[in-house]
Amino acid sequence: MTTVTTMPDAATAPGLFSRATMLVLVAAVVLSVALIAGPRSGMVLLIGLGFGLTLEGFRFGFTGPWRRMILERDASGLLAQLLAIAIVAMAALPLLAASGAELKGAHAPIGLAMIGGAFVFGAAMQIVLGCGSGTLVNAGSGNVVSALALPFFAIGSFAGAYHLSWWTSLGSLPVIVLEGTSGLGITLLGLAGVAGVALLLGRKGSHRLPARYWGALLALAALAILHLVVAGQPWGVVYGLGLWVAKGVVAMGGDLSGSVFWSASSNAAQVQASLLTDVTSLTDLGLIGGAALVAWWRAGLGSPVGILPARAWVAVIVAGLVLGYSSRLALGCNIGAFFSGIATGSAHGWVWFAAAFAGSFVGIRLRPMLGLEVRR
Amino acid sequence: MRRVHITLLVLLGVGVLLALDRAQSQPLNPYKAPPMIALGSGLAATGGHCAAPPPPAR
Repeated sequence: MTTVTTMPDAATAPGLFSRATMLVLVAAVVLSVALIAGPRSGMVLLIGLGFGLTLEGFRFGFTGPWRRMILERDASGLLAQLLAIAIVAMAALPLLAASGAELKGAHAPIGLAMIGGAFVFGAAMQIVLGCGSGTLVNAGSGNVVSALALPFFAIGSFAGAYHLSWWTSLGSLPVIVLEGTSGLGITLLGLAGVAGVALLLGRKGSHRLPARYWGALLALAALAILHLVVAGQPWGVVYGLGLWVAKGVVAMGGDLSGSVFWSASSNAAQVQASLLTDVTSLTDLGLIGGAALVAWWRAGLGSPVGILPARAWVAVIVAGLVLGYSSRLALGCNIGAFFSGIATGSAHGWVWFAAAFAGSFVGIRLRPMLGLEVRR
Repeated sequence: MRRVHITLLVLLGVGVLLALDRAQSQPLNPYKAPPMIALGSGLAATGGHCAAPPPPAR
């Protein structure tokens, strides 16, 4: 890790008045967004805050558990992820089947660029120890590596989307969706199969999930289902990051008509509209805010920032760009493709998982070589 | 430098992003906003998502 972790210091922990004031301030922000942009925007921001509170509060994520599975054969974190996805699938697939066009899943085609993008994303997320949601949460809680990676993640996401149609044209299957009762059965069987392999390969005792994992998986699943019901689409991260940069490019006089993706009517309209109307932007901002709130609440912001060699900072910038670019080619990150894709029946979520997990092996080997940790 | 400084820098960045967005974007109209909950609204989901298949290449 890049920072020294210390236990919360009671002397520096915020007092009752400070905490109450902060809660009023957060409620005022959410209410203001609801009044300015509409009630759905306020609700989505609130859900995003919930995601941030959950991930930072329970110290749960996606990159770390994969790393522990690979390095220590600790399957518990991966099992918690699979359980959360299973719970969401049990609600999401029936809802999608019954709701018509009001709700949509994270359904994308399997393709060459998608598989390659997921592999590269898996490697890059192990280099910076942060995936889509993890980079936002870590940046919000004061992790300097993620804070530096975040703007480059956004630039990469914009660029990846700019070229996405070309990459997808290299070869893609039609969208394959597991729907209805049979789709739910296959999804749950698949999740159980992966969990079985993880248990088989995992070290003895790693089937016991710590209490914080149970808290995290139940809260994440509840929030993800609520997100689908409120926003009409599953939880996603990287579309919003690319949108932020697209808006900046246009504000500086840039022309996006050369991009098939950004000149498509729906995306061009979103570039002109406020970020407070974009679902993924709102949840992304909520993730940052929720993580910052938890870190402040438990006095976790007093630790000094670690010192890294120059090549490590360069590696973080490059990895941030690669994370963003590859996440668009992969048609989602660990949230949009793995978590939401599998939970809403998209076959691409399963292929994404396999490719990104394979890429994680490479990223774990690269990290010490780049000066981001002591060589083993 | 401590973590609190990094968090404050990130939050400052978010503030600048939202201020620039407000200056550049179409004005918001909460009275034309979609209902709070998509399920049961009768409106098709239209938001951008990273898994949405892109338009075909030209």
